[in-house]
Amino acid sequence: MAWFKRTRRPITAPADKASRVPEGLWVKCPSCGQILYNKDLVANLQVCTKCAHHFRMNAAERLSVLFDGEYQIHDAGLRSNDPLSFTDTKPYRKRLDASIKATGLNDAVISATGHLDGIPTTIAAMEYAFIGGSMGVVVGESITRAIERAIGARQPVIIVCCSGGARMMEGTLSLMQMAKISAALGRLDRAGLPYISVLTDPTTGGVTASYAMLGDLNIAEPKALIGFAGPRVIEQTIRQKLPEGFQRSEFLLNKGMIDVVVDRREMKGTIARALRVMLGLPTAAPA
Amino acid sequence: MATKKIDTLEFEEPVAVLLKEIEAMALMPQTPERIASIAQLESRVTELRGEIFKTLTPWQRVMVTRHPDRPCMLDYVQHLFTDFIELHGDRRFGDDHAIVTGMGQFRGQPVFIIGHQKGRDTQQKIYRNFGYARPEGYRKALRVMKMAEKFKRPVIVFVDTPAAYPGAESEERGVAEAIALNLREMALLDTPIVVTVTGEGGSGGALGIAIGDRVMMLEFSMYSVIPPEGCASILWRDAKKKVEATEALKITAPDLLAMHVIDEIVKEPVGGAHQDHVEASALLAEAIGRHLDELLAMDSSTRLDERYRKFRQMGDVGIVDLNPPASEPTPASV
Ligand SMILES: [Zn+2]
Repeated sequence: MAWFKRTRRPITAPADKASRVPEGLWVKCPSCGQILYNKDLVANLQVCTKCAHHFRMNAAERLSVLFDGEYQIHDAGLRSNDPLSFTDTKPYRKRLDASIKATGLNDAVISATGHLDGIPTTIAAMEYAFIGGSMGVVVGESITRAIERAIGARQPVIIVCCSGGARMMEGTLSLMQMAKISAALGRLDRAGLPYISVLTDPTTGGVTASYAMLGDLNIAEPKALIGFAGPRVIEQTIRQKLPEGFQRSEFLLNKGMIDVVVDRREMKGTIARALRVMLGLPTAAPA
Repeated sequence: MATKKIDTLEFEEPVAVLLKEIEAMALMPQTPERIASIAQLESRVTELRGEIFKTLTPWQRVMVTRHPDRPCMLDYVQHLFTDFIELHGDRRFGDDHAIVTGMGQFRGQPVFIIGHQKGRDTQQKIYRNFGYARPEGYRKALRVMKMAEKFKRPVIVFVDTPAAYPGAESEERGVAEAIALNLREMALLDTPIVVTVTGEGGSGGALGIAIGDRVMMLEFSMYSVIPPEGCASILWRDAKKKVEATEALKITAPDLLAMHVIDEIVKEPVGGAHQDHVEASALLAEAIGRHLDELLAMDSSTRLDERYRKFRQMGDVGIVDLNPPASEPTPASV
């Protein structure tokens, strides 16, 4: 790694290019059916103003919500070279190109450093619109670099998880990213630095079975699907329908796997308070 | 030899023909001439098998990996270790039967032993849950690894599982957390770890006990992010495309050696490990012994650094940097 950091112009929350909210002025909430004014939805951090349904948010929006203002993006130039020359019904290269075009990212994560409520922090946010947020070699390398950078700078790490799991098209190399990132998190842990895992809808497969579950704090957004095996695979295995709410945040909270379920609008404040306790920083001055 | 049952895989047809011939001759009166012909045919069988197994397709390798007579973890335990004591339970919830842990002696070296056990007959398969481990299996493995660290004994790991058990109870008891914690803690465990994928290296369920200073694969084992059938049904939307998926996923030992995922391929007896458990065990023992000697001679911080770097580089073969730092203008030159 070079001794200087790559610096890029900070990104302000784009007008929602890649999230699932359709373009246009009005959006219908899939949960309560309420017709929402798109601008209100964006102002409310993509949370339904009526029922608090959490719409999916893209990686850049995540960063702009969590960071105070400007932040530096790192390792944005890393790109998969399709190490397996993988082709299923269409070449993986084509899928990559399409995702790069659609998201403006080279892979399914943005790694950045900045300040969270004044605290220098490293954040990696996953991008679901990029091949289902799947974890391949670039996600593995970006996150590992982010963790190593944080150890060097004595910063806490936050990873916002949103992923269908390991990327099949990069085969066993994808699987190994679970090991690589977890090893780096081991070093962060032994360095006494905080790691907060933010689990959002959906977080499944190899991402759950590695960094998503290794937080000092595992914080989930409400009603997010969080699990190792997918619900359909489980239903095939046990030959039964799964009960309502199985593998949702509240279920995991009840089973002891999640520290706290937090509304997105409270997320930054909750993380900031936790970091102040962990890092022994003075609490913010009363307003 | 004449009592050996004819059990060949579909691509071994020419071998099966010879074996039938041998069987027929063995039933006839054994003249010196006939004994000599049988011996000749048997050496031809070995030769032919050797030829066939040199050029197996990835899917044919999967068939060898999944052969019902392939040695299981407890077969290796029987042949490789003395004074074996099985240790049960995670001290939290229960005892998982798909992961076996224990202690014993390997060539006079005290070691701890961990591995998936699939089971061979129907009753055993059910008891072992077909090698699909539940969270308590991974937690038992971690408990035993921590004990190995405490007593400064190496850990020998055998990997052979289709996957972690994808059932409701696994989710309820946090199989993802159990695997994740093992990944982190095995990376830091201060004692040598030698891992061998002996059969199916089935995604996270395999990786959850497969972090080590050395990771080897038996010649005809596999190591995959998803079973070929699962990949075929997701990406091809047709489980019958398993042959194509197997090829695309690059899950064979030679593929993974080339991609720096594993350190070494351990030879199997001619025709696969199922042909001769004793020889397969001897070949594996040689490799484990060699790596163990190297690792025991290293000081622990070097060993841990190398273990970290080994996993740290995984995936480098698949990355290009479009903005390499060296090509960037330095702040001073702007
Ligand atoms: Zn609503």
